[in-house]
Amino acid sequence: MKTPIQFQLNGEDVATFAESGANLLDVLREAVGDLSVKGGCWQGTCGTCTVLIDGAPRVSCVTLAETCAGKSIETAAGLRRGADLHPLQVAFVERFAAQCGYCTPGMLMAAKALLDRNPNPTRADVVDAIGGNICRCTGYEPIIQAVLDASRSNERRRA
Amino acid sequence: MLEFRKDIFADERDDNLKEVGQPTQRQDMLGHVTGTSPYYDDHRFANLLHLKILRSPYAHARIRSIDDAAAARAPGVKRIIRAADVPVNLNTLLSLIQFGKDDEPSLASDVVRYKGEPILGVVATSERAALEALALVRVSYEQLPAVFDVEEALKPGAVSVNAVYPKNTFEYYGKYDHQKLRFGDVEAAFKQADAVLEDRYQMSPIEHAPAETNGSIAVPDTNGRVSVYTSTQALFFSLDTSAKINALPSNQLHFIGGTVGGGFGGKVDTMTEPLVILAARLTGAPVRYRFSRHEEMQFGSPRGAERIYIKDGVMKDGRIVARQVRAYFDSGAYTRLSSYAVVKCVAHIPGPYTIPNVHADVFCVFTNRTPATAMRGFGVTALDFALECQMDKDAVAIGMDPLEFRILNAYRDGDMKAHRRQAKNCALIECAQVVAEKASWPLRDEFRRMSSRQGGGEHRTGAAAERTRAPAPAVPAATPRPAPASPQRVSYERPAAAASPSAPPPTQAPAGSTHGAPRFSSVFGTRRR
Amino acid sequence: MSVTVKTFARLNEAASALSSERGAQFLGGGTLVMRAVNEADPSVATVIRSTDPGLQHLAVSSGRVELGAGVTMAAVLAERELAFLHPVARAVGGPAIRQAATVGGNLFAPSPYGDFAAALLALDATVMLAGGFGQRELPIEELLHRRERGNTLVSGVAFKRPAADSFRFSKVTRVHPKGISVLSIAAQLPMTSGRVAGARIAYGAMGQTPLRAKAAERALEGRALDADGIAPALAVAADGTSPVDDPIASAWWRREILPVHLRRLLLGAAHT
Repeated sequence: MKTPIQFQLNGEDVATFAESGANLLDVLREAVGDLSVKGGCWQGTCGTCTVLIDGAPRVSCVTLAETCAGKSIETAAGLRRGADLHPLQVAFVERFAAQCGYCTPGMLMAAKALLDRNPNPTRADVVDAIGGNICRCTGYEPIIQAVLDASRSNERRRA
Repeated sequence: MLEFRKDIFADERDDNLKEVGQPTQRQDMLGHVTGTSPYYDDHRFANLLHLKILRSPYAHARIRSIDDAAAARAPGVKRIIRAADVPVNLNTLLSLIQFGKDDEPSLASDVVRYKGEPILGVVATSERAALEALALVRVSYEQLPAVFDVEEALKPGAVSVNAVYPKNTFEYYGKYDHQKLRFGDVEAAFKQADAVLEDRYQMSPIEHAPAETNGSIAVPDTNGRVSVYTSTQALFFSLDTSAKINALPSNQLHFIGGTVGGGFGGKVDTMTEPLVILAARLTGAPVRYRFSRHEEMQFGSPRGAERIYIKDGVMKDGRIVARQVRAYFDSGAYTRLSSYAVVKCVAHIPGPYTIPNVHADVFCVFTNRTPATAMRGFGVTALDFALECQMDKDAVAIGMDPLEFRILNAYRDGDMKAHRRQAKNCALIECAQVVAEKASWPLRDEFRRMSSRQGGGEHRTGAAAERTRAPAPAVPAATPRPAPASPQRVSYERPAAAASPSAPPPTQAPAGSTHGAPRFSSVFGTRRR
Repeated sequence: MSVTVKTFARLNEAASALSSERGAQFLGGGTLVMRAVNEADPSVATVIRSTDPGLQHLAVSSGRVELGAGVTMAAVLAERELAFLHPVARAVGGPAIRQAATVGGNLFAPSPYGDFAAALLALDATVMLAGGFGQRELPIEELLHRRERGNTLVSGVAFKRPAADSFRFSKVTRVHPKGISVLSIAAQLPMTSGRVAGARIAYGAMGQTPLRAKAAERALEGRALDADGIAPALAVAADGTSPVDDPIASAWWRREILPVHLRRLLLGAAHT
């Protein structure tokens, strides 16, 4: 039983059919083809699949896809403008804030949710913002520093 | 950020290398931050099927019967994969280097030996269909007594876990049930020691918990081969293991590694590739076998638990004169890499310290627990946890600063190790000194002046070692090592016919060298003769 | 077979469907139900959801608080008038979970989840039910006792707003900043002339459901919140609890540390 769904993905209109009961992670990867969203647990506990829905961070693996009808979804694939990286991406590169890279898309989206709402976060704000995202490689410190760097970046662009 | 302490051993190197000694960026960092690094699952295939595995709910049981008829008829199911379908259904990972006997089935048929052991596979058009079909399989088990403790497993009459190793230990060289290290006479030394400390250390199994679970996708290729996209850390290793289990020549498999989404040693066991290849060949379709998070955490192989007994004899002046280690590796139900971990463990005993009397027995033990595997320095790191806790206790017992205690006992160049090789390229003392500096830990001047390059030699292992050691190389005891005649310089160009005056040739030509690349490795031993 | 999803504009219609469809579960934020769907859990064959705006109802007056069952932890955190509940809402998952997790979902979340439910228990909340037969309002304690029976659909909760600074909350976890509870403690401590008058103490993860620490409440009556005053309550802190062993902590450990954390909470030294 397939359900039609329409939403915006990184600013573009998307229409697809989803299996009844499908989660948003599967719809984005399998039906829409956005492979920048990764799956780590399929139970909402690791944050790897974090996307933004209408600006709010959500774990896509436990989000019923059809509840996203008409909403605006953002994933890591939509961060760069052409060849230009988002300040968060630049900061992650400069701070070596990724090793295996698997948690990185989710971390970037969790960080973007923070900076879009709070352009001047404290360290505690950053720690809370990525508090739902597990990283097994970096020990988190480079990621925290990268998010703080991005918030201070002079070249912050409009989200 | 990184700090390079190039002041240490500065006379041994030119700081003119382009990459070594300089910070550098990851080649895949751009891929990571744009979400384009290709993990094995970042490939789409039409009509992809899904393999899910039925696992034993018991730690030890005989399988009396399996009824998969209902599962085979379930909606979306394309194929059931049974033990009889696996071409070579007994393997051990290190058979690739002729180490150990084949002991582990890909699918259990008569006995299950750990909770979670794979019994049967369902290949279906969706993961959900496969999971629902699995729920329809009826297995009749006869539960058997199980053993979960390494020392219990070694007692006479213990439950036998592994049919290939019925006494619950791995066999080294076909006849030894453990690995030994003998150097000097620990019993005599304990009698002379001012303090003897004995303790027991226990590690738990540790799950790697990578962000990306284990998985692979097998795709029948246009020419009869199978392409495999896999999360493995060890591409050729997994290819050869899969070839053996599927009775295929290895040139029939094309393995394409993904960026590994966290390995840490937990993606070397080749857990998914053999069966997913079989599934693809049996269905003619691309198949994915992906561990769920629950499978990864509960059944994915962990770092094996180790139990380590250490007995040290220590003198009041700080010298450790004897170290006795008895250790048990919990390999779980099958060998995998634990046999090798034990070899590494024994090679590491007694730690980076010069001790004249060393005695070790290390066992690779089978229990009805999840088979263990490699993780981050396996064989060594858990032992180091135990050794370093013991070092602290030793220091406290004799009233010595724990860092100075380590510096005093540290290896120095020229020391005879318990393995009867000379220590070379030691650096523990310098590391300890830098740690003390960073931690503002006070060290007495005498210890701040110590060096790995001074004071070493066979005199440190002394007369006790004489009795058991091989004929010594001709280095006189108690002679300080001579400083090199001129600083060793290593050039990256093969020596030109006419040597340039600004680059003096090395004082000793490396013996038997067949290549011009620089050698810092102690294997070739050209550093700091 | 894929799950069937049915969406209803009115909550009462959803309540009827919940009792008549086989294997039906109500979808709050999805953190538990979607996990079950992802795992092909046979107990979830039909997902029932509702777009009834009443689920988002949030009203705070000087005396009373009303929260629709669909109000999320993030919505609680966005409401300044609910500042006393912020330590609780903040302790539920990370930011993404808080955007989805609902008041209603937390009432049915199995132990060791359910920290917000523990807080509502300490606040003596009343639970409003949608559709179905029988009572339309229940004391929360009664709902928690019967929640396993299934087919109960909550439309919202209401409670009397606690006196200023009388509500405290503490959550013990192994992973910070977020993590599943080893245990949590919610306490309403009204004071009269420096003495406790009518305390309510609720624990999370100390039994099958969040439960009231009635022995400790009685022992605190008329006492001062200092070391001597709280000693009798600490002595009976674990009375009536039945913690279990789970991957987070053992029952023994939970019983051992409960009085330590209750002591810190009562003396005002706890941090959330």
